[in-house]
Amino acid sequence: MTLRTPPEIGGMGHSVRRKEDPRFIQGRGNYVDDVKLPGMLHLDIVRSPLAHARIKSINSANALAIPGVLAVITGRDLEQYNLAWMPTLMGDTQMVLPVDTVKFDGQEVAAVLATDRYIAADGVAAVSVEYEPITPVIDPFKALEPDSPIVREDKEKQSNHIWHWEAGDRNSTDRAFRQSDVTIKQDIYIPRIHVSSIETCGCVAQWDAIQEKLTIWMTSQAPHVVRTVLALVAGHLGLAEHKIRVIAPDIGGGFGGKVPVYPGYVLAIAASFLTGKPVKWVEDRMDNLMSDSFARDYHISAEIAARQDGTMEALRIKTVADHGYTDAATQPSKFPAGLFHICTGSYDFKDAFVEVDGVYTNKPPGGIAYRCSFRVTEAVYAIERMADITAHQLGIDPAEFRLKNFVKPEAFPYRSVLGWEYDSGNYPAALEKAMNIIGYPALRQEQAEKRGRGELMGIGISSFTEIVGAGPSRHFDILGIKMFDSADIRVHPTGKAIARFGTRSQGQGHETTYAQIIAEELGIPVGDIAVEEGDTDTAPYGLGTYASRSTPTAGAAGAIAARKIRDKARTIASYLLDVDESDLEWEPGRFWVRGNPQRAKTIQEIAYAAYTDHPAGMEAGLEAHSSYDPPNLTYPFGSYICVVDIDKGTGEIKIRRFVAVDDCGNIINPMIVEGQVHGGLTMGLAPAMFEEIVYDENGNNLTSTFMDYLLPTAVETPVWETGQTCTPSPHHPLGAKGIGESATVGAPAAIANAVVDALWHLGVRNIDIPITSAKVWKVLRDAGVDE
Amino acid sequence: MIPRRFKYLSPTSLDEAVTMLGDYGPEAKVLAGGQSLIPMMKLQLAAPACIVDINRIPGLEELYEDNEVLHIGSLTRERVLDASQLIRTRYPILHDTAAVIADPLVRNMATVGGNLAHGDPANDHPATMLALGAQVTTRGPEGERTIPLSEFFEGPLTTALKEAEILTEIQVPALPPGSGSAYLKLERKVGDYATAGVAAVITMRDGVCQRAGIGLTNAGPTPIKAAATESFLVGKRLDDDTIREAGRRAALEAHPSADLRGPAEYKRDMVRVLTGRAIRLALARIGQGQRQIA
Amino acid sequence: MSTETGQLTMVQIKVTVNGEEREATVEPRLLLVHFIRETLGITGTHIGCDTTHCGACTVLLDGRPVKSCTIFAVQVNGRQIMTVEGLAQGGKLHPIQEAFTEEHGLQCGFCTPGMLMTGVAFLQDNLNPTDDEVRRAISGNLCRCTGYMNIVKAYQSAAGKIRAGTPGEGGA
Repeated sequence: MTLRTPPEIGGMGHSVRRKEDPRFIQGRGNYVDDVKLPGMLHLDIVRSPLAHARIKSINSANALAIPGVLAVITGRDLEQYNLAWMPTLMGDTQMVLPVDTVKFDGQEVAAVLATDRYIAADGVAAVSVEYEPITPVIDPFKALEPDSPIVREDKEKQSNHIWHWEAGDRNSTDRAFRQSDVTIKQDIYIPRIHVSSIETCGCVAQWDAIQEKLTIWMTSQAPHVVRTVLALVAGHLGLAEHKIRVIAPDIGGGFGGKVPVYPGYVLAIAASFLTGKPVKWVEDRMDNLMSDSFARDYHISAEIAARQDGTMEALRIKTVADHGYTDAATQPSKFPAGLFHICTGSYDFKDAFVEVDGVYTNKPPGGIAYRCSFRVTEAVYAIERMADITAHQLGIDPAEFRLKNFVKPEAFPYRSVLGWEYDSGNYPAALEKAMNIIGYPALRQEQAEKRGRGELMGIGISSFTEIVGAGPSRHFDILGIKMFDSADIRVHPTGKAIARFGTRSQGQGHETTYAQIIAEELGIPVGDIAVEEGDTDTAPYGLGTYASRSTPTAGAAGAIAARKIRDKARTIASYLLDVDESDLEWEPGRFWVRGNPQRAKTIQEIAYAAYTDHPAGMEAGLEAHSSYDPPNLTYPFGSYICVVDIDKGTGEIKIRRFVAVDDCGNIINPMIVEGQVHGGLTMGLAPAMFEEIVYDENGNNLTSTFMDYLLPTAVETPVWETGQTCTPSPHHPLGAKGIGESATVGAPAAIANAVVDALWHLGVRNIDIPITSAKVWKVLRDAGVDE
Repeated sequence: MIPRRFKYLSPTSLDEAVTMLGDYGPEAKVLAGGQSLIPMMKLQLAAPACIVDINRIPGLEELYEDNEVLHIGSLTRERVLDASQLIRTRYPILHDTAAVIADPLVRNMATVGGNLAHGDPANDHPATMLALGAQVTTRGPEGERTIPLSEFFEGPLTTALKEAEILTEIQVPALPPGSGSAYLKLERKVGDYATAGVAAVITMRDGVCQRAGIGLTNAGPTPIKAAATESFLVGKRLDDDTIREAGRRAALEAHPSADLRGPAEYKRDMVRVLTGRAIRLALARIGQGQRQIA
Repeated sequence: MSTETGQLTMVQIKVTVNGEEREATVEPRLLLVHFIRETLGITGTHIGCDTTHCGACTVLLDGRPVKSCTIFAVQVNGRQIMTVEGLAQGGKLHPIQEAFTEEHGLQCGFCTPGMLMTGVAFLQDNLNPTDDEVRRAISGNLCRCTGYMNIVKAYQSAAGKIRAGTPGEGGA
């Protein structure tokens, strides 16, 4: 990509140092738990130790006797205000606090309000709840059996089956399978994992009774949506949307876990309402791991129909989706299984059929988090594992197999058989680049030699297609709100600018990258552009930052708004220079008269003129708004190659090398993109080898602390080698596609494929993630392999 | 996340500490590094009414070699063992062990004494100290006494320490010439407790094993001294087959429980594999770390 | 010195924080991290877990990096604490702070103060680390955003600056 601006302007392609850094490196970030208001109270939560139980009694007497404990709120209290239940972002219902029954281990049962954090904790310990256990529903397959206990006795339809969803042509696909040479079938389980941003969720709610205004600082990736939901949920109590201000301050990582509206937020608001004082609620890590922000839990049964020569012809997938006790998987409403039907991946399937059934169980709700791009992690894992199993089964090199089956570069825009129109792509280029960087042929040779000596080495590939940028209004909404996004840009008389967006960065660097977009379009130096997000009183309406949508939607809005400003600037310039607009040339930062470059006006001069000397009949000022409705999603892609060595004695897996070639179209800030890839790869490594939320048969969460929920440290994390290709998006104003989640989407399959590749000759076809030493050890010993 | 209330006492002498512990009895807990106690208090798994902070008592952090004995003050921080040249060269097993306890930040506070005093089979020093044939000195209401580590671990999370008794020093007999030592820990990630850990201390003369110390971490309800395996090794030439057999025998002396780290058979097999590797590494280290003239 | 207030025993402590002596009367159970954040009101030190794993709470205690969530404030009576706010001196950033922003060693910023404090102490003992030594040094500090790559680069860059005697070295 050629740079169109010099470094002093810092437009697209420059690795501009981040404008948000100074406060973070000096400990001056403003995270929710840093917010302190006079008279602020603290809320802590009593949680259920049982996965399914009737509440017989809640005794708050001992808690209320503690000096400093002001109130204990229960479901019955909320019921009087019609607040015990609230909608989820998927149109289901969830409890704020239970009235009759608890539905998962760790569920909120009561809230304690106190003068400080420590006393609130003492209060929680002093509340005694009597439970009557009910048989929990833990296995989603058993949940679908006719005699299963019912999780949601409050629903009219007494069933644990939430919805059935499908895409593709079942008959045509079944026919293709009947006619195929070879059918490869594999069951794949992607277990629950948990986002575990280093900052947990929390809020400070401040109800001003005189102004009748609620201000809430909240760890929210989508503050406007939250504001609207609060207005809908609590409108009957007098909360009107123009009197609700949601402020998402600095957020210590989101990754999708900070999109939903959690009971703790509503409880803090209710408590502030009741007391007229600010109320802070910040989760413990245990609260967090037990009750919110989880992801995945897909039981996938996949099949590929192929020809003997390695051509994949048809794909059939049936999935059971474990949603916990309510459907709170924040998806675009038309897609309860998200964008799972991207599962034909980078391959040109002639037929495909996919069906997903959502199931209630006695576990916490959620499912959309952990950089999943709306179930794309699940889809890509499935297809990349299946492609590898098919290649191995047919005795074809997995790289060669992929190159054979890729959608060809000439085929774009490519319409997949499941209905997506991929905007652009060049899959062979990315894979070949990765193969060159890692030295693929030499590695295969080494593997053959090592195998001859009984040493275990594996090479795994993942060639993924991502689908991001939700999304076009005709298909994408959340609770009915269309998934556009917005930018407001205002240029001041002295040529500096402020821009506000409807998204909310949690570390992705929008204060820098959005400024770079504007710098590119207007030639105003990056340092002269202030970027704000997250305050619903000032930021234009947007759907927030998740699913890698910010650059594709809000970034585009920023470019379009900037171009509107440039159009007005051109008119002002033509007036100032007394020439026709058509006689003006533009380069970032100035207009000049064609053939007479000394006759020019800088954008700064034009800005000043917009307030002091603009043409008659024109409104003063230099600002613009854009609400951008993307015409399509964008499709970043890449190829990753992973090399592993396996210790036959212990089953330990060592990642020797990992090469990641990503294509996210035109890049705003290469340094930031690379950082996103590094972080994304690490959040792909983690579920592949370390992380799993485990429940016992009674639904008890066995991994509710970092002692057993294992986040990789710098020692477990390998050196990531990164590279790029660049295939711009034809429809995005900047040709950019988004990158935040690509690596988390693509990496797990590369690692799993490498391990299975190392063990294939021992008869191993699949090991479900996380692939631990214990699992590998079992496989080795079963195959009679020891050190 | 929030501990229950307690009374805080900060004695400046051992006698004062012992008296305070005696006054409060089972209601009192010693605070040394705090890196085991405080996490338990934060999770509400421990709620002592009184904490006796012994960090201000002088003289408990000495680390020195004297008359064929390595003296480790009970308040010696793990970081010190990790960084000490003396330890690295002459007692590499102690360096191996300190280096895999928790993480570098915890090691700035965590103490060797604390790692022994809990009687937790998941802690790493017990196996190493058992293999080294170490002993501990304590101070209590009845004065001072010495307890060999082989008699120290009585049951799950129970040691020979009596009420109001404080661990003051660990003594490790210097390894005779011809000795090598190693501690290997298999962990899921840095900071985890051992899936299995094996300490091996081997002394050879003329190609024959004179003495073997084998300690097992997290392989049963208490730290384990693999006595049968040790006896098997003594008097033998340690060729491949013998080492392999030692591994098999050590696995038989292990009684691990299944947990999220894996099934019991897996852990037992890891004892087998790690025992072989620890013995080999100990043998390879023979001859390193000759005694320096002070 | 402790005083009985009904059932509550409060303890008076004097701690030097970022070079300044601070006095307070606290409950024994008050964790050092809460003392710093709530009692003193300096919030650059963060809390990320309950079980002493994440390291977001790392501060220097008498120059050594420790997890302030696993120490009681009363334990540090009479001792010296340095937090991230104490690194810059006279408005000049510590070389490690400069290195972190130059090398993009932070994204959301939440683990960053802990990473910085661990780094300040580590580089005092080891100015020529290998990458593996750096990774080991930060193995008690979890990061979700960066994948550690640029943090390692930032540590190496900081080491280079300190070796070259970058003027205006601040901090511990």
